[in-house]
Amino acid sequence: MTATTATTLSPTGLRFENIDKRYGGLLALRRVSLEIAPGECVALAGRNGSGKTTLLRVAARIVRPTAGKLSFPGAANEAATHHRPGYVGHSTMVYDELSAQENLILFAKLQNVPQPEARAEELLREVGLYERRGSLVRTFSRGMRQRIAIARALVHRPSVLLFDEPATGLDPLGIAWLAQSLGDVNRRGCTVLMSLHGESEISALATRAVRLDAGAVVGDTQTGASLRSILTFAGA
Amino acid sequence: MALFSNTATLLGKELRTEFRSRELLTTTVVFILVVLILFSFAINPTSEESREYGPGLLWLAILFAASLMLQPCFLREQGNDTLSSLRLAVDDPFAIFLAKLIANTLFLLLTELLMLPLFAAFYNIPILPKLHYLLLVLFLGSFGISVVGTALSAISAQARMRELLLPLLLLPLLTPVLVVSATVSVSLLDREPVIQWKGIAFLAVFDLVFLTALWIFGEYLLEE
Repeated sequence: MTATTATTLSPTGLRFENIDKRYGGLLALRRVSLEIAPGECVALAGRNGSGKTTLLRVAARIVRPTAGKLSFPGAANEAATHHRPGYVGHSTMVYDELSAQENLILFAKLQNVPQPEARAEELLREVGLYERRGSLVRTFSRGMRQRIAIARALVHRPSVLLFDEPATGLDPLGIAWLAQSLGDVNRRGCTVLMSLHGESEISALATRAVRLDAGAVVGDTQTGASLRSILTFAGA
Repeated sequence: MALFSNTATLLGKELRTEFRSRELLTTTVVFILVVLILFSFAINPTSEESREYGPGLLWLAILFAASLMLQPCFLREQGNDTLSSLRLAVDDPFAIFLAKLIANTLFLLLTELLMLPLFAAFYNIPILPKLHYLLLVLFLGSFGISVVGTALSAISAQARMRELLLPLLLLPLLTPVLVVSATVSVSLLDREPVIQWKGIAFLAVFDLVFLTALWIFGEYLLEE
């Protein structure tokens, strides 16, 4: 990530205070309390169904918690566009019937990004899709779709990035590209929270790992060896 | 005025995706055409019968076509989880509803405009004398169907048995607007046309009440 994304961000953290999320009879998150410092890169680990996606969707404010409080320490005005978290989920979250460029312009306009056309063009170059900018997303490969999904999440220059298994569908080159991009974004002060399965070039970026089990935080470490053990355990 | 600029941007997206796929328009136009032709040949009505029953059939066809059109309204946002990306992007979720509501009304009106000459021809009903009033009723009725349908589409898209749920919820809620629209249309297409202002006012109030409800409660309808 170069050019425009090189803009310095006002550092914003993430604070979960006793978060519960219940879906009918299922308690997906139970009393999750977690503080992520501004600029930190945190890996979220855990088995399938442990609550990683729900926690990320709560952080993205897509899902309202049943109880507890979510806040963004450091955000002077939480309503400001760049304080909206950028979120990449399991789906692409873009329109198949629109081209890559149209999708990015749409989301840039919705978030009042200045010069949305220029911003879209810039991101398309950064994610390596500029040559295919006019192609409908439905014609893209899985890896290309993941790239446009990431570009959409970055379009408003968020100060917090939430990634749910970001390497899904990417080949080794794509993973290397993503690791470098995430590293660049993080170095500029962007807080990153990402769910991962196992160790990879992307997990190497994390300076801290949090493990969830049955919706509760059961591990939280910042040391290298422990971090690896948490990630490998989660990927087992 | 972020609400209006977001609505305009989203409306552009709705129109672009629909005119690119022509999924909804093709289905509804073909459906309405089949219903009108089928009834015309099956009943073979006299001129008087046409004036009496024609508008009812017209609104019945519009209702079924609308339920076909409204079903995928929010459902197609589920495939790629685009509803979540929209909710992340807009300040006011009412913009999402407003754009879909305007798009649905426009698609429905376009279908009706295409079908109106055919209706006049098949049922031998002159529509020109009171066309502007008829268009007003079609607009108010279609808006009413769209406003209720858009809200219910958001609810049913997240539910199990979604295909069954929308018509089940839609039909009872739309009964008043359909009855009044058909009654006003019958009066307008009579040999001696009468404009039922009370009926037209009812449709306007119905639209306004449901639009306000959507504005107030819309946010909750989009929650997971």
